[in-house]
Amino acid sequence: MDLAILNQKLTGAFSGMAYSTAEACGQATVEVPADRVKDVLKFLRDDADLQFDMLLDVTAVDYPARTPRFEIVYILVSTERRHRIRIKTRIEDGRALQTVSDLWRSADWGERECFDMFGIRFDGHPNLKRILNPDNFYGYPLRKTYPLRGERDPAFLDYKETEPA
Amino acid sequence: MQITDDSLEEGQLMTLNFGPTHPATHGTLHLIATMDGERIREAEPIIGYLHRGKEKMGEHLKYNQYLTMTDRMNYLSPALNNIGWCLAVEKLMGVDTPPRVKWVETISCELARIMDHTVCNGINAFDVGAATVFFYMFQQREVITEIFEQMTGARLTISWPRIGGLPYDVPPDFKDQVRAFLKGFYPVLDECDKLLRNNRIFLDRTAGVGAITKERAISYGFTGPCLRATGFEYDLRKREPYLCYDQVDFDVPVGTNGDVFDRFFVRMEECRQSARIIEQCLEKMPDTGPFAVDDYRVILPPKEKVYNEMEAMIFHFKLVIDGVKPPAGEIYQGLEAGNGELGFYIVSDGSGKPYRVKVRSPCFYIYAAYPELIRGLMMSDVVAVLGSLNIIAGELDR
Repeated sequence: MDLAILNQKLTGAFSGMAYSTAEACGQATVEVPADRVKDVLKFLRDDADLQFDMLLDVTAVDYPARTPRFEIVYILVSTERRHRIRIKTRIEDGRALQTVSDLWRSADWGERECFDMFGIRFDGHPNLKRILNPDNFYGYPLRKTYPLRGERDPAFLDYKETEPA
Repeated sequence: MQITDDSLEEGQLMTLNFGPTHPATHGTLHLIATMDGERIREAEPIIGYLHRGKEKMGEHLKYNQYLTMTDRMNYLSPALNNIGWCLAVEKLMGVDTPPRVKWVETISCELARIMDHTVCNGINAFDVGAATVFFYMFQQREVITEIFEQMTGARLTISWPRIGGLPYDVPPDFKDQVRAFLKGFYPVLDECDKLLRNNRIFLDRTAGVGAITKERAISYGFTGPCLRATGFEYDLRKREPYLCYDQVDFDVPVGTNGDVFDRFFVRMEECRQSARIIEQCLEKMPDTGPFAVDDYRVILPPKEKVYNEMEAMIFHFKLVIDGVKPPAGEIYQGLEAGNGELGFYIVSDGSGKPYRVKVRSPCFYIYAAYPELIRGLMMSDVVAVLGSLNIIAGELDR
C-alpha cells in the first residue's frame, strides 16, 4: 500500500485525528487512536480507491511496561486493489474497543480469540466468549505475565495475585 | 434449498452433540447442533480441543526451534508451514536465499499441496461413500511422503528447511523420484476425475450443498480453494509471487457455485496445476549450486572452518547459543498453503526469540462460516461440507 495516497485519504477524511504511519520490509502500518479505530476501518473498507474488503486477522501484542499496555493489530487486504495494510491501536488493560464484527464476519472469531488470549473486550460483539481455551479457564494465556507452564508453574500464584480474572 | 420450520418451539427441537471423537469429525471438532427432525436449524462449533499454545511457545523458542512447531499445525502439508515460517523470518532479516534453494522449496511446496489436496479430497469422497477414491489418493500421498523421507529423513513432521536455506542438499536422484511420482500421479487423477465427475450419487451428495457466495466468503476471510470455488481468482502465488512462482506458468482453477462439488474439483484441478509447476521447476532447477545462503548470521559455518578459523568459531558459537537474531521490527508474510493464506505475523525485539508470533491460519476463519454453510442441511451433509472445507484441527486450534 502506497503510504502517500493513504496519508492523503486519511487527512481528508479524518482531519484533526492524530495518527502515525510506518513502513518496514515494504509493509505499511498505520497507528490510530483507539476511539477512532472503527471509523478508520469502516472508511478503509468503504472507500472506492482503497476497498479493504477482507480482514485477514485481528490480533494483539502485550507490552506490560508500556502505557497503554496492549497493541491491537488489524491486518487488512484488498482483494480488488491488491494491497495490504496493518492498522494498529493501543489500549489500556480493562478498556474496551468497539467491535468490527459488523463490518467483516471474520472479526467475529478473530476478536473472540483476542479476548480469550489477552482479555481485551470488544463492545457490541454478538458472542464474546472464550474460543480456544475452555470456558472455566483462569487468566489470559498470551499475556506476557502469564507463566509458560500455566497453573503448574510456581509463578502462577503471582499471576493470580497481580491479574485477577 | 429447503430450510427448517421456524415455527417449531424449543421442546420440539433436539440438541445433538456431534464429535469431538466421532471419526467423521477428522480429529477433534465438536459441533452442538439443534435439529429439527433430521435438518440442522442452528449449529455451534466448539473448537480448541487440540489447542497446544503454539503462539505462547513461540515466545520461548528460538527462531529455528519454532520450525518444529509449525509442521504440527497443518500436518497434512508440513512443508508449506515450514517454508512459510522460513520465508517470514528471512524477509524480516533481509536474507535472500540462493536460486537452487528457491527451486527446491517451490517443488516441495507443490508436493505438499498435492499431499494436502489428495488427503482432503480422498477423505471427502470417502465421507460421501466413494471409498475407491480414498485408497487411490492415499497411495499417491504415500509416494510423496517417501520422497520427503528421502529428502529430510522424516515422513510427516519434517521440520526441514532452515532459515537461510536447506540443512543438507537434496538426494542425487531427487529429480528422478519426483518425475516417477508425476508419471504415476496423472493417470490416478484422471481416473478419480472420471469416477466422480458424472457420478450420480456423488453429484446428489455434493452439488449445491454448502454453497457460499463470493461476497460472503470474502467477508468471512475465506482464502485458498474454498474462495476460488466461489469463482474468484484469488491466489497469492499469482498476486504476490514468492519463491519461484513468477517464473513458472500455471492457471488458477476456479469454480462457479462455491459448493462442495466445486471445492472438490477446484482441488482436483489444483493438483494438476501443481504437477505442471513441478515439471517446469524440474526443468529450470540448477543441478549444482549452494543449498544455503553464505551468511553466518543465519547458517552455521562449515565444520572445517570452525576448527581452523577464529571468526567461524565465533559465529558457530553465537549461532548455537543465541540463535538467529532478526533486527527489531515486525513482519507479516503470507503464503498460499493448502487451505488458503497461511500468514505469520512476527514481532521481533532484536533477541534470539520472537516477542510475539501470530499464526493466521486459513482454517480458523473458514470454520467460522461453518454454521452458516450447514443451516438447513441434513446431518449427513454436515460431514460432506466439513470434509470439503478441509478443517485441520492442528491448524485450527494451534
